[in-house]
Amino acid sequence: MQFMLLFSRQGKLRLQKWYVPLSDKEKKKITRELVQTVLARKPKMCSFLEWRDLKIVYKRYASLYFCCAIEDQDNELITLEIIHRYVELLDKYFGSVCELDIIFNFEKAYFILDEFLLGGEAQETSKKNVLKAIEQADLLQEVRYTPNHSHV
Amino acid sequence: MALRRMPAPIRLRELIRTIRTARTQAEEREMIQKECAAIRSSFREEDNTYRCRNVAKLLYMHMLGYPAHFGQLECLKLIASQKFTDKRIGYLGAMLLLDERQDVHLLMTNCIKNDLNHSTQYVQGLALCTLGCMGSSEMCRDLAGEVEKLLKTSNSYLRKKAALCAVHVIRKVPELMEMFLPATKNLLSEKNHGVLHTSVVLLTEMCERSPDMLAHFRKLVPQLVRILKNLIMSGYSPEHDVSGISDPFLQVRILRLLRILGKGDDDSSEAMNDILAQVATNTETSKNVGNAILYETVLTIMDIKSESGLRVLAINILGRFLLNNDKNIRYVALTSLLKTVQTDHNAVQRHRSTIVDCLKDLDVSIKRRAMELSFALVNGNNIRGMMKELLYFLDSCDPEFKADCASGVFLAAEKYAPSKRWHIDTIMRVLTTAGSYVRDDSVPNLIQLITNSVEMHAYTVQRLYKALLDDISQQPLVQVASWCIGEYGDLLVSGQCEEEEPIQVTEDEVLDVLEGLLVSNLSTPVTRGYALTAIMKLSTRFTSVNRIKKVVSIYGSSIDVELQQRAVEYNALFKKYDHMRPALLERMPIMEKTASNGPTEIVQTNGEAEPSVVEAKHPPPVTQPTNQANDLLDLLGGNDVVPVIQTTVPTKPASAGGELLDLLGDLSLSGGPAPAPATSVPSSQPAFLLDGLTSPPLFNDIAAAGIPPMTAYNKNGLKIDFTFERANPNPNIAVITIHASNSTEADMTDFVFQAAVPKTFQLQLLSPSSNVVPALNQGTVTQVIRVLNPQKQQLRMRIKLTYTHKGSAVQDLAEVNNFPPQSWQ
Repeated sequence: MQFMLLFSRQGKLRLQKWYVPLSDKEKKKITRELVQTVLARKPKMCSFLEWRDLKIVYKRYASLYFCCAIEDQDNELITLEIIHRYVELLDKYFGSVCELDIIFNFEKAYFILDEFLLGGEAQETSKKNVLKAIEQADLLQEVRYTPNHSHV
Repeated sequence: MALRRMPAPIRLRELIRTIRTARTQAEEREMIQKECAAIRSSFREEDNTYRCRNVAKLLYMHMLGYPAHFGQLECLKLIASQKFTDKRIGYLGAMLLLDERQDVHLLMTNCIKNDLNHSTQYVQGLALCTLGCMGSSEMCRDLAGEVEKLLKTSNSYLRKKAALCAVHVIRKVPELMEMFLPATKNLLSEKNHGVLHTSVVLLTEMCERSPDMLAHFRKLVPQLVRILKNLIMSGYSPEHDVSGISDPFLQVRILRLLRILGKGDDDSSEAMNDILAQVATNTETSKNVGNAILYETVLTIMDIKSESGLRVLAINILGRFLLNNDKNIRYVALTSLLKTVQTDHNAVQRHRSTIVDCLKDLDVSIKRRAMELSFALVNGNNIRGMMKELLYFLDSCDPEFKADCASGVFLAAEKYAPSKRWHIDTIMRVLTTAGSYVRDDSVPNLIQLITNSVEMHAYTVQRLYKALLDDISQQPLVQVASWCIGEYGDLLVSGQCEEEEPIQVTEDEVLDVLEGLLVSNLSTPVTRGYALTAIMKLSTRFTSVNRIKKVVSIYGSSIDVELQQRAVEYNALFKKYDHMRPALLERMPIMEKTASNGPTEIVQTNGEAEPSVVEAKHPPPVTQPTNQANDLLDLLGGNDVVPVIQTTVPTKPASAGGELLDLLGDLSLSGGPAPAPATSVPSSQPAFLLDGLTSPPLFNDIAAAGIPPMTAYNKNGLKIDFTFERANPNPNIAVITIHASNSTEADMTDFVFQAAVPKTFQLQLLSPSSNVVPALNQGTVTQVIRVLNPQKQQLRMRIKLTYTHKGSAVQDLAEVNNFPPQSWQ
């Protein structure tokens, strides 16, 4: 995987994880173009599209688009499963996750992602193990706070 | 200065809440700027307590798109801190804000090194993650040793991360791959799935990069097969279960590694045959996850040396995928089939109808793939059915597809057309429905095709004419139609059509249409050129010459330079060279197409690329006796000579007509009148006949071995040899290559070779390789002659050679009668 982007239906970026070295300018350009392209897709279209020389795999969960750029030899269908697994992890951690959880606790979303993927590949295929690791790491925090649910 | 204690920076979530209340972009920007200022002050104070909070806020603002580079060093300070909270945010900040192209990132290296050896595994984990995500080559070099150490640890939490970190190191610094080899020894004996998965990824990376590694790791095939088998056969494992399938992620990665190991290797391929068949048949296909595994399996089967039964199984899986309701599955099926259609053509053919159905899919990517695949599957047996579907698709598809589809249709039609009529009809269909999307190079191709279908001329011109009556906006259609009307207008008005009900149309009506093109805003300049030339050509085919003369003279003052030039020259044809007009505007000969997909050969002959009268160069068809001026042919004697017409020698006029004469070459035979091009092609300006040609043409010389070469001329040190080939596919065309060599001590410059043949032949002379024949046989000038000999008469040729040698002009005529029988039989 080269990068993963999470963005809302209005095109607001909620998370960006880059596994390839690019300048800030390039990242912004790619993000802008890709967000536009994906948002223009109709609901009946498939989850894959060719963009530049990459394969893009995207899926919408409620108000959030999860969008991954994979390489030619990567399996698109399993990438959908990767995305799904990440959503499950977020869901388990936050308890019925919604977009606001990710907005207000974005750093947690990153921590969870970093326990699931490393360098663009899955490092742990057991849901339980990922969540356990996060839990343990949270306990180490000197300043502890539970995920914030009072969004209002 | 008293240090006033700043109030505690606001909390992260507080900030987020506040920013989200902003109603406009400007308001948001103001809040951000205010907070950034506060954060900067806080940084300046070197406040350890709130650094973490401030950087976190900065990261939020960065995600909104605001600059945050002033926080980079703060991230490094956080990483260096002892507090886990600080490290967590610090490493996150490093991954988001630091750029490996800036030197500042190197300051991280030492911290990471320390943290890789930290007593807490979660700190080690942070370091491994950061290094594996964004480590630069320098960092990787410095820290590879630490990663390698961790790859050997028994702590599976760290081991799995180290494996992926190693992958990143190898990608950044491939030379370091060797050092990880020892650590890979026991990786696959692990029970822990995380380690297994990342190990397989690491092994895959190494095998992809190094053939030696690949050979080395082939021995792992049995072990991999075993692991895969266990995954499939083992019972329900809640920890790794996804919809009833045990660890699909691991299965897919193993299949991918097997693919790499089995490729090109019989033994490995055989060792994995059974497990592949097992996975292919036993995997649950109701959910995406099962199909993901099947997909990977199919890819593996197709890539390794699998037995045919297994391959058929794989293609059938893809065929089933095509019928799946899930469009994602259909998409990957089409993609995979496209990859295999060359190697497993027959197997893919069986799914042709399903593929064709996908042309109607709503998804753009699926449609495109289905189109590509459909074209790949067209053959002589299914051409009619497939073309129906593809033409229907062309009608209704999005503009982005039309050009490719049209080109594909033309190509397929050319290869597999069951009849000429069908071919013409197909072309017509494309031109009328997608005419504006057709590629420019199709126009000359189509014209060439049309000229070759001699018996269809009347039908073609009628259909094209009718199409023009309906719609003159699609330029390629208009251009082809104009050209045909100019060429076959006589057939059109005489109502000669056999294939369908001939239409009644008068000369005036035809001229109305063509003139309409000239004045229409829809016509491009190129189209106008076609129309004008067509009108001109009709002057020898229609009786209403006066009307044509009028049109031509009007455009003599056209603003469009191209049109003006043409009109002026045509005018000259009417006025001063009227005797040549019939010859110049005669029917085109059949044009030979050499390369099956190259448009290069034909462009010139339709004359539209040239400003001047290109038709001048064409030998008339065998059946047309016309008024000929004296020419080279005259000298051949014999009973097929055209009667000589006594005309006075026109002097070379200075007006536009002068170019016309120049075209015809400097055949100033002593005392003879200026020649018209009859059956010979005076070749002093070969460029006009064949501009746009790449020389020499490519012929399939099937008879290369067959026809012996001959010496046609050998005098005064100039030797001309002829070599022969047969042009494929028309055996009536003999291709002669002349090789002129010069054995004297001085070069022969301005060398011009001309040839004439008897009336029953047609001759074309292509551009010579040069017009200097170097002295002392240091090189040859070659030139290609194509002779059409439909009556298979004995070939005779008269040649004329002119050149300058040692300062004086030399000229010679000769007859060539010693052609080997194979060249004309």
